[in-house]
Amino acid sequence: MATVAGTLARPANVGVWSWITTVDHKRIGVLYGITAFTFLLWGGIQALLIRTQLAVPNGTVIDAERFNQLFTMHALTMIFLAVMPLGAAFFNFLTPLMIGARDVAFPRLNALSYWVYLGGGLILTSSFFWDAPSAGWFNYVPLSGQTYTSDLGIDFYVVGLLTLGTSSLMAALNFTVTIINMRAPGLTMMRLPVFVWMTLIISFLLVLALPPLTVGLIQLLFDRNFDTHFFVPEAGGDPILWQHLFWVFGHPEVYILILPAMGIVSEVLPVFARKPLFGYPAVVFAGVAIAFLGWAVWSHHMFTTGMGTVPRTVFATNTMIIAVPTGIKIFNWIGTLYGGSIRFTTAMLFSIAFIVTFTIGGISGVMHASPPIDGQHQDSYFVVAHIHYVLFGGAVMGIFSGIYFWFPKMTGRFLSEGLGKLHFWLMFIGMNMTFFPMHFLGLAGMPRRIYTYDQGLDWGFWNMFATIGSYVIGISIIVFVINFFRSMRQPKTAPNNPWDAATLEWATTSPPPEHDFDVVPTVRARDPLWYDRDHGIEAPEPTGEHIHMPPPSYYPILMASGVALLGIGVLSHLALTALGAVVIIYSIWGWALEPTD
Amino acid sequence: MAHATAGHAPAHHRTNTGTDNRKLLMWFFLGSECLFFGSLIATYLIFKGDSVVGPFPHDHAGEKGILDIPVTSTSTFVLLMSSVTMVLAVYGAQHGLQKMMKLSLLATILLGITFLGFQTYEFRTFGHEGLNLGTNIFGATFFVMTGFHGTHVGVGVIYLSSLLLASFRRSGLGPEAGFHVETAGLYWHFVDIVWIVIFTVVYLIPT
Ligand SMILES: [Cu+2]
Repeated sequence: MATVAGTLARPANVGVWSWITTVDHKRIGVLYGITAFTFLLWGGIQALLIRTQLAVPNGTVIDAERFNQLFTMHALTMIFLAVMPLGAAFFNFLTPLMIGARDVAFPRLNALSYWVYLGGGLILTSSFFWDAPSAGWFNYVPLSGQTYTSDLGIDFYVVGLLTLGTSSLMAALNFTVTIINMRAPGLTMMRLPVFVWMTLIISFLLVLALPPLTVGLIQLLFDRNFDTHFFVPEAGGDPILWQHLFWVFGHPEVYILILPAMGIVSEVLPVFARKPLFGYPAVVFAGVAIAFLGWAVWSHHMFTTGMGTVPRTVFATNTMIIAVPTGIKIFNWIGTLYGGSIRFTTAMLFSIAFIVTFTIGGISGVMHASPPIDGQHQDSYFVVAHIHYVLFGGAVMGIFSGIYFWFPKMTGRFLSEGLGKLHFWLMFIGMNMTFFPMHFLGLAGMPRRIYTYDQGLDWGFWNMFATIGSYVIGISIIVFVINFFRSMRQPKTAPNNPWDAATLEWATTSPPPEHDFDVVPTVRARDPLWYDRDHGIEAPEPTGEHIHMPPPSYYPILMASGVALLGIGVLSHLALTALGAVVIIYSIWGWALEPTD
Repeated sequence: MAHATAGHAPAHHRTNTGTDNRKLLMWFFLGSECLFFGSLIATYLIFKGDSVVGPFPHDHAGEKGILDIPVTSTSTFVLLMSSVTMVLAVYGAQHGLQKMMKLSLLATILLGITFLGFQTYEFRTFGHEGLNLGTNIFGATFFVMTGFHGTHVGVGVIYLSSLLLASFRRSGLGPEAGFHVETAGLYWHFVDIVWIVIFTVVYLIPT
């Protein structure tokens, strides 16, 4: 391919530089995936340390202060650095392929999102070298105020989340435009794969949910560093404002975490049940309804703040109503399985487990919707059990299902089914061993976030049980990592469509070429590849026409380093912030003037 | 790309909705910005009248309010006029009227800078009269909200200045000049509209 003067040389498609300057959505997806999985391992190690400390009464492995840092950073790492970006890895790699496009709408912006995410992740994680955040992941004032936490930890929290939010906002804007504007001919909205629908929905959620969090973080930053009193009641402020701003973001955030997994499951189940998804429009509209209702429930996290009867009733009712669209989805997945000729592959096992464990977490969620019951559950291990059933049993199980399912498409190789099933059973048993007893512990009165407990409280048995379970999960992850490296040494043998799937990404080679499709596909029905197969429609021959792909660019990583400098400056010296601003303005000019043809 | 006519998106940017990707991006970004300023303005409204000590924004218990409404009305007028010159710049860019586009862009930039000058004057005066970020909740909500708005005006000034500078290249703003100026205009008008809301909420509605 010809190189235009002023752009980077094209032929270098190997080596570190080609990855640093890449704007290819598939490579960016891989970067997201590897980075996020590394953070998942790190978050897992934090969890194992927490579980080791809690295994026996009066544990002495970790002191109280470090324990506070660990549970805070475990949540932040898993939510913002592992699960959200693992979702991003899938939608980066898959969305353009699934909609028959050659890339996203803004390839360089996509690279920028990744590099800013990496910068934010490193800033947040590096806090362990100074003071890690220790006020819990929702970081309530006044605990997170200057009076009670005067170390740098909370500032790391603020800067890290602002940086990560910038990354998510850019990615969300990019994918909104991509899905609305760049679909292949014939691919109407009601023919979109459910995974793409879910990507569109979470993009909208991110675009609208991040700003309230941004404002809350800015106010906290000002309260801590510039003498304001937004959250100080004596001076006319109000700490409850932080809770509102945080949860207006925080509740949509849980859908941002779970909807990609729901999308993955909705793609995997039909393929291995060899049946189209049951009730496609209902699944799509249920997703939209969940996202819509998700805006009117945030105060169910605040029932104990004394909101008054009317708001409590309204938020409780709205929260219970969300169970309806969620239930619709679950019944549609079961309906997809019903009467299908099911292949129990590893991907399928993870998807089926998703339905089971997510339903358990969903049901305990409906319990919390009732204010009197919530008052009992608040800040107990019951809530910890709930969140892990939906986030681990839901999101992580769905993500592993997606990894086994799309691995041949992403790498051209298969993961071993034998090791895969071992991984699945260990993980499924381990996660239930770890998190189910937490329901009992919560009802027995064990508060969350305590760093140890006394002998006589009778919490020892189930805590030890949960700790053993967490080590079983750890072993299952080791099995997965072995499986991954073993597979990567195998030759690339995957055909275009090894599972006989229906969506467009399976119409191209495994792994796909840089330009995704030799000929942009035409879509004639909801499950395009099955329609073409059943109607004897052959794939069109390549015409050999010149396919223009955007050239690589180093401006995304340059600009991301400017964004990181802005944040580091806030934490250290404001001169660095000024330097960051200069780097950003320079990069924007270079970016705007860089030829893309 | 070479065959595209001035003011129209080139052919290879054909999209499902017919709207250019970049313009759609700007619309969604502004949607996000609505929530950003919405949260700041909501914070201001929640805490309106909650200051424990003065200076207060409006006349309070015989004490004169700190806001100088005639001065800020003037700066609001200046910002509104910049929206008019922005419209003229878009018209000039879309119809190939180079001189009109450049002069209107320049006028918009100067009006924007004038607005920022008024804001700096206002902030300094308030400082001299003893109102700072930490003085009371009015100071905190007022300075953070209007400060972020001012930052947005500043970014807009840099954005428009970049376009003006680029228009002096031999190739000018290229075949898509109208499109670029129009997209910048979306941003500029948005920032103006936000100011009208802030002006109403802070200056016109008494406590
Ligand atoms: Cu919630």
